[in-house]
Amino acid sequence: MMEVGLGHYLAVAAILFTIGVFGIFVNRKNVIVILMSVELILLSVNVNLVAFSSFLGDLAGQVFALFVLTVAAAEAAVGLAILVVYFRNRGDISVEGVNLMKG
Amino acid sequence: MLASLAFWAFSGVAILSALMVVIARNPVRSVLFLILAFFSAAGLFVLLGAEFLAMLLIVVYVGAVAVLFLFVVMMLDVDFTELKQGFLEYAPLGAIVALILAIELAMIGLTWRASEQAEALRAAVMPDGVSNIEALGVILYDDYVYFFQASGLVLLVAMIGAIVLTLRHKPHVKRQSVSAQVGRRREDAVELVDVKPGQGIGE
Repeated sequence: MMEVGLGHYLAVAAILFTIGVFGIFVNRKNVIVILMSVELILLSVNVNLVAFSSFLGDLAGQVFALFVLTVAAAEAAVGLAILVVYFRNRGDISVEGVNLMKG
Repeated sequence: MLASLAFWAFSGVAILSALMVVIARNPVRSVLFLILAFFSAAGLFVLLGAEFLAMLLIVVYVGAVAVLFLFVVMMLDVDFTELKQGFLEYAPLGAIVALILAIELAMIGLTWRASEQAEALRAAVMPDGVSNIEALGVILYDDYVYFFQASGLVLLVAMIGAIVLTLRHKPHVKRQSVSAQVGRRREDAVELVDVKPGQGIGE
């Protein structure tokens, strides 16, 4: 069992980020899973910030992770509200029909 | 030893559950795996010594965001079978993009190294002998108080936005109109009629 360093945490964050981007590309019929992928991406950013903060001994990283968390919560609320309105108008949650809102 | 074991366990569970979020057939399962991923990330935060953020992740994400997702998934009457159509069609493209991204991140990770002045350039050095939450509170309400207020404003705007977006008035629902009730006067409601004997009220 080798010693866990900064690089290990950064690797985990990078893998989570990649999975999130993959999720955005793969789920074309389901906006909810796309929103969840965005949450995963923001989570990986938070892991990065906290890892650097911890290994460098700088608390500013944790403060900014807190703000990222806030913005992520706000984004989820507004995104889900838009999703509910979209479902009311269209009856499904596929991304392919979003351009119906084109003027 | 135990800490590194915990790191491998938490990170492994986090990555596997993140993968399941993306590829699960049923969106409800995706949300549940998202909750598991957040729990594991909170474990990683505890290992890193950020206890406050770990608890915040559980309270905010698991308690609020994931439950909101669960509400929406269960409220929308979506046909689960057709949700995964096109998965295999887009999987190669997504895999290529993800692979390129992973290679780029690996290149950055392998060539990156910390600056020599990194220690000197720290914005808020962690104080000794003070718990994580106390140190965080001191600099949050001191150095970053405007950011803190701004994030409160962001949450307020998000709340108003979500309410405005989803509020709808159904046309055939009877509602109480307080102003109409209060503004009602005697002349609008009561009419005095002089009834003659034996004739009743005409019309």
